[in-house]
Amino acid sequence: MTEVKSPEVPAPSAAVPSELTPEPNRWSRVRPFLPLAVLAVALILPYSTLHLPGIFEGALNSPGTLQLLAVCLVFGGLAAGYDLLFGRTGMLSFGHALYFAAGVYGTDILITRAGLPLWQAAPLAIVGGAILAGLLGAVALRTVGIAFAMVTLAFAQVGAILVARDFGGLTGGEEGLPLDVAGLPDALVGVTNTVNLYWLALAYLVVVVFVVHRVSGSPTGRVLAGLRDDERRIGVLGLDPYRFKLVAFTLAGGLAAAGGAVYCLIVGGASPHITSSELTLSLLVMVVLGGPGTRWGPVLGGILYMYLDHRLVSFGSSDAVDALPAFLSRPLSQPLFVLGTVFILAVYFFPGGLASLAPRLALLRNSVRPGTRRER
Amino acid sequence: MDAVILLTLTGLGLAALYFLVASGLSLVFGLADVLNFAHGLFLGVGAYATWWAAGNLPGAGADGFGFVVAVAFGVAAGTLVAVLVELVLIRPLYSRTIEQVLVTVGLSLAGVALLQATWGADARPFPRPEWTRQVTSILGAQVPNGGLLLIVAATLVLGAILAFLRWTRYGLIIRAGVENREMVTALGIDVRKAFTLVFAIGGAAAALAGALGSVYFGTVSPQQGGSLLIFAFIVVVIGGMGSVVGSAYAAVAVGLLQQFVNYYGTSGLGDICVVALLAVVLLLRPQGIAGKVATA
Repeated sequence: MTEVKSPEVPAPSAAVPSELTPEPNRWSRVRPFLPLAVLAVALILPYSTLHLPGIFEGALNSPGTLQLLAVCLVFGGLAAGYDLLFGRTGMLSFGHALYFAAGVYGTDILITRAGLPLWQAAPLAIVGGAILAGLLGAVALRTVGIAFAMVTLAFAQVGAILVARDFGGLTGGEEGLPLDVAGLPDALVGVTNTVNLYWLALAYLVVVVFVVHRVSGSPTGRVLAGLRDDERRIGVLGLDPYRFKLVAFTLAGGLAAAGGAVYCLIVGGASPHITSSELTLSLLVMVVLGGPGTRWGPVLGGILYMYLDHRLVSFGSSDAVDALPAFLSRPLSQPLFVLGTVFILAVYFFPGGLASLAPRLALLRNSVRPGTRRER
Repeated sequence: MDAVILLTLTGLGLAALYFLVASGLSLVFGLADVLNFAHGLFLGVGAYATWWAAGNLPGAGADGFGFVVAVAFGVAAGTLVAVLVELVLIRPLYSRTIEQVLVTVGLSLAGVALLQATWGADARPFPRPEWTRQVTSILGAQVPNGGLLLIVAATLVLGAILAFLRWTRYGLIIRAGVENREMVTALGIDVRKAFTLVFAIGGAAAALAGALGSVYFGTVSPQQGGSLLIFAFIVVVIGGMGSVVGSAYAAVAVGLLQQFVNYYGTSGLGDICVVALLAVVLLLRPQGIAGKVATA
């Protein structure tokens, strides 16, 4: 059988190479500014008319591409928020889709059915999502581990049933609920304004990364990491694990609801598939593919997953795949088959996800290159 | 009165379906600590294998003895897949629970997509024996035979599993392993063989649920397993993890509650009541109705 060697908890990506190379090189001085550079590139991206054939269908500033990018960014943020639970606190929640859906449907219903303007609807939906997470978390957190996962899954299933059965005619049932654009500011309506939605998604991602980073760096974040590693020890220290977990759960729920509000604007409505348990499973896949507990891993994982999920459909129907025999081309045309397989392989061979790739490569490089300071 | 009897029996039919899925899930969870998300896949494999056998396998068919052969083929296929999953995917990650759960998550996504790629996303009509389409008159209520078949099958499976656990050596190891795995391992007994066995039993029960459930519903679709799985999870939590008898009680409670509320209330309300029941059980007794306080 395959021997899988891995650290139990993936190390922060930045720490390992700097220890291995005691002499600070130019790269390590530039490194802290790298996210800012990426952010700057992401900000000016819509001004580019670059064509990337094979990667995107239209030019970078075409509405289709921008919408795809915006969806990817929202899911990058969503995965980062989910990682607050999974990677940083060690809580395996299978119901995160519920709070995302609360944001999507909350915003949509408040604008379309209640006629509220966006600046009232979105905050209400976000606060509502956080309160919902607090209430359900208070019940679910009475269990631990796998039982907690099952209970959150069950609660999320209620959300899916409520949406699908269309109680009170609010959600539109199977058809979904298109967003009434009358309640929106003009800058967010129409194909030509997709660029504003893109920036909104980028802003959401930045906010989530900032919040998660601040929380995990704070004393509370250290307690959360302690809960992940050994919950009993936190209890022995006189701290209440339940309360800290509930705080993390509520915060993550609020962040997911905020993502839902942005997503609702980007896709222009709500559809019942976002309430499915498959979405939470996808979030888990994103985080694990990216690298749980790291700052950029979940973001990268979320962006990459959503990109592949969209692009694999057209890849599956491309000529190159069609030319393959049926037993190959049919599974390859199913994005979830490809992503599920990649995920299983990643669990085996890349336990730290994408974020562990850089330190692994650095280790490899250092051990291959002769005359470096590996020997002590 | 007729309605009450009918609802009771259809509710028990539903409970039988839940129990068939939940029993394996509960044993796997109790012994290996693995929440098996791929369990719904075993159900799908069983359903599609039965469906395929009824049409293609010589000697199998939709009626009489041929139907028994088709179901046996489906159960064998589900068992085989479950054993392969345990040997190839779960075993290399021995005692790394979270990774094991993650692998089953990936498998549930990929496996359902594979079923969908092979047989399409739409539901297909399921070949079922003529007599399962008919109804039996019990105390004035017209009860569909497909549901009765499920109840009989689940009762037999419950009896078989309990007999196996009580009177065989491996049953003893499994019972002891659910109680305290470390202790069993420390005594020099290879729990991993018991893992494989439990996966095989669970896979067989789930595949049977797939085959008979498809007879009951009349169609087979790739998503069937997933939607049943969530209620099976609820049954496992309410019943107390690792307890087969607890799963049986919980399945009956969930099936009846769902059926009665869905009939007398609005459709869909029953599903919500089931989750409310789950919340109440968790608040009053976090370890489930048959669970032990120490393992909660």
